[in-house]
Amino acid sequence: MTTAPTQPGADHHTRQQPPPDGAPPRFVRRSDGGLLGGVASGLAAHLGLEPLVVRVGFALLTAFAGFGAVLYVALWVFTPLDQKVYREEDEAAPAGVAAATRAGKRRRRSFVARTGDLGQLAALALLGAGVVGLMQLTPLGISPAVLIPLLLAGAGVALIWRTADEQERERMAALSPRAPWLAALTGNRGTAAVIRIVAGVTVITIGVVTFLAGQGQLDTTIDGLLGVIVVIGGLALIAGPWLWRLWRELEGERRERIISQERADVAAHLHDSVLQTLALIQKKAHDPRAVVTLARRQERDLRSWLYETEDTDATSFAAALKKAAAEVEDAHGVPVEVVTVGDSELDDARRALLRATKEAAVNAAKHSGADTVDIYAELMDGDVEVYVRDRGSGFDLNSVPDDRLGVRRSIIERMERHGGSASIRSAPGEGTEVRLSTRKDDS
Amino acid sequence: MTDVSSIRVVLVDDHAMFRTGVRAELDTTVDVVGEAGDAQEAIKIILETQPDVVLLDVHLPGGGGVEVLRQVHPKAPDVRFLALSVSDAAEDVIGTIRAGARGYVTKSITGDDLVSAIARVADGDAVFSPRLAGFVLDAFAGGEAPSVDDDLDRLTQREREVLRLIARGYAYKEIAKELFISVKTVETHVSAVLRKLQLSNRYELTRWATDRRLV
Repeated sequence: MTTAPTQPGADHHTRQQPPPDGAPPRFVRRSDGGLLGGVASGLAAHLGLEPLVVRVGFALLTAFAGFGAVLYVALWVFTPLDQKVYREEDEAAPAGVAAATRAGKRRRRSFVARTGDLGQLAALALLGAGVVGLMQLTPLGISPAVLIPLLLAGAGVALIWRTADEQERERMAALSPRAPWLAALTGNRGTAAVIRIVAGVTVITIGVVTFLAGQGQLDTTIDGLLGVIVVIGGLALIAGPWLWRLWRELEGERRERIISQERADVAAHLHDSVLQTLALIQKKAHDPRAVVTLARRQERDLRSWLYETEDTDATSFAAALKKAAAEVEDAHGVPVEVVTVGDSELDDARRALLRATKEAAVNAAKHSGADTVDIYAELMDGDVEVYVRDRGSGFDLNSVPDDRLGVRRSIIERMERHGGSASIRSAPGEGTEVRLSTRKDDS
Repeated sequence: MTDVSSIRVVLVDDHAMFRTGVRAELDTTVDVVGEAGDAQEAIKIILETQPDVVLLDVHLPGGGGVEVLRQVHPKAPDVRFLALSVSDAAEDVIGTIRAGARGYVTKSITGDDLVSAIARVADGDAVFSPRLAGFVLDAFAGGEAPSVDDDLDRLTQREREVLRLIARGYAYKEIAKELFISVKTVETHVSAVLRKLQLSNRYELTRWATDRRLV
């Protein structure tokens, strides 16, 4: 029942994209290991190199008239992002929790974000800058009158283009509760988007103006520019609303499709389980016990589908205990509540303990007349302690004849054979509690 | 214990059918003064009526029960919350308690148990279901890491014993008998655990709740 959590960042170097069915592996940008756009880490995974090597490569290539930076941007634009982060996020949450999150019925967990560290990014940027600076001293260098406007324009373009990277945007938006200033630069809609675009345009304009001023052609350009702006403004007025509506329609259509897929999945599951059970319940309406049993079984099934990520695997004690409890519940129509603390592997001694627990639960369900049976299991440092408790009729331990004690043989003796112990506490009218335990040293 | 019939209760749940059911069960015993179906409505009604206890669904349109807790708690610190949910996801349970709820019970609880849970919460005590007790034991288990904030990050031996008995399905009265202490002392221990659960910044606690999504 303990699911191994996917640890962000711990394994992104080693995790390779499995090629889909023998197709050659596609070069994709990594959504989980990147510093900027995931280009370098994607390329590294594709080539089987360390991401750092590729990053340093990009930084050094920048020396050649900015080739590295341009190459990086080009790859960023033309390479698709892998869908992993979003799929993982969706898969990590059990269906019920994910659905409630989607419906806005619970607070969204803040996105566990990028794994890249800022230190490395800064170091690489410095390396790139240093290399560029060095090249300035050689004939290959670019004159500062061109370089500075170029850098400014580049920064502006990056700011605006990041908007185009949809996943990027969502991720940043998810981060923004923690860093409100980020929202202004990366937010999805409204003022945030306006601020971002204005900032980008401003920086680009400054770059262009600096360049033109440097070339001494500012005046002539402004006149021409004015004309262009008027024309563009006119075009925007004409085509704008139409383009806007088209975009909205596309968006809506895509959302519809996603929803209908989800609905199909849920419908399939509900049909296989819930509808069948409801049909059975109607048939057995005259038998209240059967109805309760059916309803409980269905509830358990639905609950595990909704809230449990991993399917019960039979090697864990807690999972096996739950399964055993479910069997008792089904067989005897009495709800069996299980609470576990800790978990461990199943070994022989624990299997015996499990069988004894089941036996005790069956006794409680069959003979005590209690409404529910509570099982509590605690597994700590190899010791296992299980309590099976009911609030039923109870009995006087001394008055039960030796020969008919299923309890004695199947529970106490079984536990002792496997080096554990069992004790029973019961009194007429006060219910019964069976305590079973094995110690680490005993097994 | 205060007179049960004088306890003023607000029901918050997005399923009208469930509200009706609970209301039918409670109306004869406590004073149900309001109902709400989403977070914003709930905040408004709670601040208007100032009830003693709010029965709060964890999954609620408009940000969930946590949102209601976050907004009402600073403005009306005397209103006490009992979370009521079908979700047993540890993340939700621990999250709701840490946001300020004084108890967490599942919707399958019987009418009588619900009334006594409400009374307990109205008295300022905490309500731990066996499952919640199991969660807490699990979350605070092991890892005796040295910490600056020791008191908040660790359960005392006695608190642990009380929680284990709750997890085993014992009622407070039975626990008192078992440990030879008064019911009041049991309540004190449980409240202390609740406080630790709410205030501890023990790293493992949050991580545990996020990692663990068991039923």
